[in-house]
Amino acid sequence: MKNIYIYILIMGLVSYTIRVLPMTLIRKPIKNQFILSFLYYVPYVTLAVMTFPAITEATQSPIAGMAALILGILAAWFGASLFQVSVLCCAVVFVLELVL
Amino acid sequence: MNQKQLFGAGMRDGMPVCLGYIAVGFSIGIAAKTVGLNAFQGFLLSLFNNASAGEYAGLTVMAAAGSYLEIALMTLVANAHYLLMSCALSQRVSPEMKFRHRLFISYGITDELFGLGIARPDYIEPAYMYGAFSVALTGWSFGTMFGVLAGNVLSTRLVSALSVALFGMFIAIIIPPAKRDRAVLLCVIVSFAASFAAANLPVIAEISEGTRTIVLTVVISAGAAVLFPVKQASCEGSETAESGQTTEN
Repeated sequence: MKNIYIYILIMGLVSYTIRVLPMTLIRKPIKNQFILSFLYYVPYVTLAVMTFPAITEATQSPIAGMAALILGILAAWFGASLFQVSVLCCAVVFVLELVL
Repeated sequence: MNQKQLFGAGMRDGMPVCLGYIAVGFSIGIAAKTVGLNAFQGFLLSLFNNASAGEYAGLTVMAAAGSYLEIALMTLVANAHYLLMSCALSQRVSPEMKFRHRLFISYGITDELFGLGIARPDYIEPAYMYGAFSVALTGWSFGTMFGVLAGNVLSTRLVSALSVALFGMFIAIIIPPAKRDRAVLLCVIVSFAASFAAANLPVIAEISEGTRTIVLTVVISAGAAVLFPVKQASCEGSETAESGQTTEN
């Protein structure tokens, strides 16, 4: 096991560097369309990649995780808020794991 | 408004953000606890990073005992969109503002606090941002700490249920834009499929989860950027600002 404090320190340095460099160095707008488009898609792609199949592994029963994913997507699609979707996912897993 | 009033206004606007951060921070804490972090480490993780997706991404690397290089790259990729926000903010502060304020404001660039800053009518006042930071980011770090502590006392079943809270938030962040923008929808579908395939294919599944996430994110995002370039080419960050009110930290 590597040192958790070093992990946290490295993460903190990288996180801060990402935020401070443009703020201090870039005084002109970014014009490159590829970079702008890439940065636009990155958060969605990375969250999607991290969500599935990980959600099915986070729960004790993979079926419960899968059900939470599907119902969460449906709820978000039909306008549920961040908080509502999150609570729904927890509730689905909690109830399903009682019966499964 | 004088400095004190600006700080107060920032604190007031930071309140609702703080409540959300306590909740999200709490679920980060649950995840941190399952990886083996203690309450103090969870607190530091959030204090130094202020990023839910980035912190979760880092935790997956820690869970797999990944290398220091891997966790650095993972943090870079998961937090890459803050580059764009920082760039947008750099255009919205007074040219006369002291340089040290640029250093301090950078620390608190999150989706929500960026949104608050961008919503200011004129130049962004440092005192306003510090007021918002003082309330919101405190909630974030302590929320994480509480999550780790709660993870110690709650039953396995409850922790299992709470551990999907974070995924629920991720879903709530990616689905509304996917509904509005076909390119994002396609990205999400491709990401799910590719991520599932990578986790199950022989050989590729041997690669650590962190590295798979980094590679898939870069490849899929670059592909989308080539196939579906974003029309509005400026550094105003309005795309992110618009979603900023409801998205992750």
